[in-house]
Amino acid sequence: MKFDDDCKTIFIQEKSMLTKRIIPCLDVQNGRTVKGTKFVDLRDAGDPVELAARYSDEGADELVFLDISASQEGRSTLLRLVERVAETIQIPFTVGGGIGNVKDVMRVLDAGADKVSLNTAALRQPDFLDVCAQSVGSQSIVVAIDAKCDTEGWKVWVKGGSEPTGRDVLAWAQEAVARGAGELLVTSMDRDGTKEGYDINLLRSISNTVSVPLIASGGAGTKEHILRAMTEGKADAVLAASIFHYREISIYDLKRYLHENNIPVRV
Amino acid sequence: MSQGKVGIIDYGVGNIRSVSNALKRLGASFFVSSKADELRHAERLILPGVGEARSAMESLDRGGLVDWLRTINVPFLGICIGMQILFERSTERDTPCLGIIPGMVTRLDGPQIKVPHMGWNRVFLSREGPLMNGIPSGEYFYFVHSYAASPNEYTIGRTEYGRSFASVVQQSNYYGVQFHVEKSGPVGLRVLQNFVERC
Repeated sequence: MKFDDDCKTIFIQEKSMLTKRIIPCLDVQNGRTVKGTKFVDLRDAGDPVELAARYSDEGADELVFLDISASQEGRSTLLRLVERVAETIQIPFTVGGGIGNVKDVMRVLDAGADKVSLNTAALRQPDFLDVCAQSVGSQSIVVAIDAKCDTEGWKVWVKGGSEPTGRDVLAWAQEAVARGAGELLVTSMDRDGTKEGYDINLLRSISNTVSVPLIASGGAGTKEHILRAMTEGKADAVLAASIFHYREISIYDLKRYLHENNIPVRV
Repeated sequence: MSQGKVGIIDYGVGNIRSVSNALKRLGASFFVSSKADELRHAERLILPGVGEARSAMESLDRGGLVDWLRTINVPFLGICIGMQILFERSTERDTPCLGIIPGMVTRLDGPQIKVPHMGWNRVFLSREGPLMNGIPSGEYFYFVHSYAASPNEYTIGRTEYGRSFASVVQQSNYYGVQFHVEKSGPVGLRVLQNFVERC
């Protein structure tokens, strides 16, 4: 009964009004926001708490803070920053970067973050994901995957994109979800900072492979790029940094554009 | 408007920090406690919640709070799991709950929906009440959950995700919201303010 099936599909889509999310990302280093191109060449982009408040006012659905401080000193600034953000804004936020054990996870969540983003440590020791999901629940565990294309397909890189692991992205995505990842944050290293658009094929391949929400990252330059990530890439959320930091696109305009293109967004 | 002290019930599984921050923003006086002896003095109670029903009920039970919660007569607000446990049972690890509101909490499921239901969705109001005073029907709130209760006579607001579920409930002095008021921006704060000032 093809007709019935089609009707059912339309019915379900109308009933499910969960909106697609716009997530500004703040890369922080020693308490300041920075943004690089292809993971290097950092430029200073302002006070993270101020930016967070601005984004929240402009209609951001969530925020992500990625700590790229290498030092222990930088890391302790991070906890204080998380506390300040939690005191200032009332939307969900995720904190990632260098989180290596359950104690770190607890500290960040206790400081007021809603989710943690795990990357290198999860790849080094996949059991870590099971332990985290059991202690805080999958809803607080985001697995960040930095993907780079080579002749054999997409491979996972770690340590802020500086070290190849040789692991296949799709296989790792599946394993991460099976071990308790509640969401995947997938960054195309080939596109990151280029403003040439998200890697749609990468996104679609992952969407078709896993059942948890997918956050697209790396390459946003225009509103059309974001629309395509959601339609063709089937992403549930998009993450972008510089287009928001430097006010190239306002969240308000972006949401209006998406709404006009029949994407459910919170307006 | 009377603004008595709000007691946030700390039972080890809630998102205490976010709820405290939100109350701080509203300038409401509050305290956090896990003891019925102390919470008894609160003029309003909030039960935050993240996680799952079974561990929430077990923690409340260990704290000796289950029977007490069934007898309180001050305004009570359950958030997320804190709302779900107001019902009779949850199919999440088949957990008996407080039974203040009739009905079961069951898993959100269905083709084409991802579970957990995570993100901003709309709440359609079907009844008036102090908690949602001034909030337009169809407003967006932030949700993170895998289980939900079906709408019944105690439902004030409902949300669609795969199916229609109760997102705001009230049974006399017991209020519940399936979404996170403390994470739903200014509109979420407004609901919390209504609870503190009008309920």
